[in-house]
Amino acid sequence: MSELVIHTEKLTKRFGDFVAVDALSLSISGGEIFGFLGANGAGKTTAIRMLTGLLAPTSGTATVAGFDLYTGSEGVKRNIGYMSQRFSLYDDLTVRENIRFFAGIYGLTNQAIKEKSRQLLETLKLVSVADARLASLPLGWKQKLAFSVAILHEPKIVFLDEPTGGVDPVTRRRFWDMIYEAAGRGLTIFVTTHYMDEAEYCDRLCIMVDGRAAALDRPEAMKQHYGAESMNEVFIQLARPGRTE
Amino acid sequence: MVASVGKRFGTVQALQEITFAVSEGELFGFIGADGAGKTTLIRILVTLLLPDSGQAELLGLDVVQSYRELRRRIGYMPGKFSLYPDLSVEENLRFFASVFGTTVEKNYELIRDIYSQLEPFKTRRAGKLSGGMKQKLALSCALVHRPEVLFLDEPTTGVDAVSRQEFWQMLRRLREQGMTILVSTPYMDEAVLCDRIAFMQEGKILALDTPSGITTLFPKPLFAIRAIETGKLLSALRASLHAASVYAFGSALHYTDNRPSVSADELLASLQAEGFTELAVSLIQPGIEDTFIALMEEKQGSAS
Repeated sequence: MSELVIHTEKLTKRFGDFVAVDALSLSISGGEIFGFLGANGAGKTTAIRMLTGLLAPTSGTATVAGFDLYTGSEGVKRNIGYMSQRFSLYDDLTVRENIRFFAGIYGLTNQAIKEKSRQLLETLKLVSVADARLASLPLGWKQKLAFSVAILHEPKIVFLDEPTGGVDPVTRRRFWDMIYEAAGRGLTIFVTTHYMDEAEYCDRLCIMVDGRAAALDRPEAMKQHYGAESMNEVFIQLARPGRTE
Repeated sequence: MVASVGKRFGTVQALQEITFAVSEGELFGFIGADGAGKTTLIRILVTLLLPDSGQAELLGLDVVQSYRELRRRIGYMPGKFSLYPDLSVEENLRFFASVFGTTVEKNYELIRDIYSQLEPFKTRRAGKLSGGMKQKLALSCALVHRPEVLFLDEPTTGVDAVSRQEFWQMLRRLREQGMTILVSTPYMDEAVLCDRIAFMQEGKILALDTPSGITTLFPKPLFAIRAIETGKLLSALRASLHAASVYAFGSALHYTDNRPSVSADELLASLQAEGFTELAVSLIQPGIEDTFIALMEEKQGSAS
């Protein structure tokens, strides 16, 4: 049994009277691809901000990458990777400069940065464009680089927040190839998406509704349980909003 | 409406010379990823950007010459939330009505369906609304002067599946009332909800037809293949000499073969021989996304 990379019990966040995340209990293992779904306003962003050490929980317990969220949030930040909807890279820097910049932020030594840059440029086949400004690269290349940079410091887990929004269908699938490959090497993937076909690619899914985990299971089991053909149907059954707004 | 326009930003040809026509009362979709040129095209059509080459005519008027009149007669919902965050829901709506020299009451019938869902929150500041409600308010504001043509630039990007579905129901109802609607989206599944669609890629139109017409462009028989170990199946099929294309589609793989006539049974038998269990292979109708991928590949060859 592989170790738990995320373990939370009744993790809760209140803003005044509003309970944004309500008693969320998750156990996510090494190498797992974990999909985190929910309608806008269901509490996904608040939960991710807590799990990445950016927001202190109100109550409940949680460890991420071996660090306690209350006492070790700096440790959490150093041992996770994060890539957001919009690429976290700088368009005005070159490919090489982007790698060096992020490696520096994660505290890699100059020697390690040199070595990592060389490796990364080779594996991603970006050697020929290493000194080109990022803005000039095709979307698919930028995305590969953004993902690789997010895991440059070899974290145990990477948070991908809508990594494929607005991306063409081929690039979207190539991105998932990278996710599978990284998970195969033992990296835990925590991913949010609005594409329901991508939900099917996850090992397990959590669907958030009004701050609670309304369902948490493998996609197949979830479809069976709700008598649905696709995850889209499950999602629409569970997440139909309008009760609270 | 007819257009044949091109646009360049510095060295980037954002829009090649693209040509198309939209009829009155149509719900027309521009489908494509970020950077395909959708926003540039819409900005030219709503008179906010000048084309470098070509011409566009909207409601019989030239978009460059007659921009003043056109601006009164069209509605535009930009991709970025562009209302006043410090004004309330109601104040925003009244503001947009007054700018167009009309009143909310005069055109209330048109927006009632959408705005009624916001009325309980009409005193709330627009900046404090949830994503779904902002979107409904932006649509109400774009409609308040009863435009003849409505332009929506990626109204559903970053919006969850449930809100997307509701938004499209609203668009269908507007269309039933006779409004011409041009909408852009990166979501392939929304394409089937349009009367006609244009696939856009790198500033060009790859194909333009009805959604069912578009799928007839798919070049080969298409199979859906399922097994327990989808990941292993994907690698095995990609490594196969006969594979023309293999793509994941939810829980199934969509596969085309480079042999002229291969049956589902033959594919099943050869995969069984490789040791896959609980297999299902069936010949399926290609969808919009299958076709878009095929057209992209056809154009790019095996590049990148």
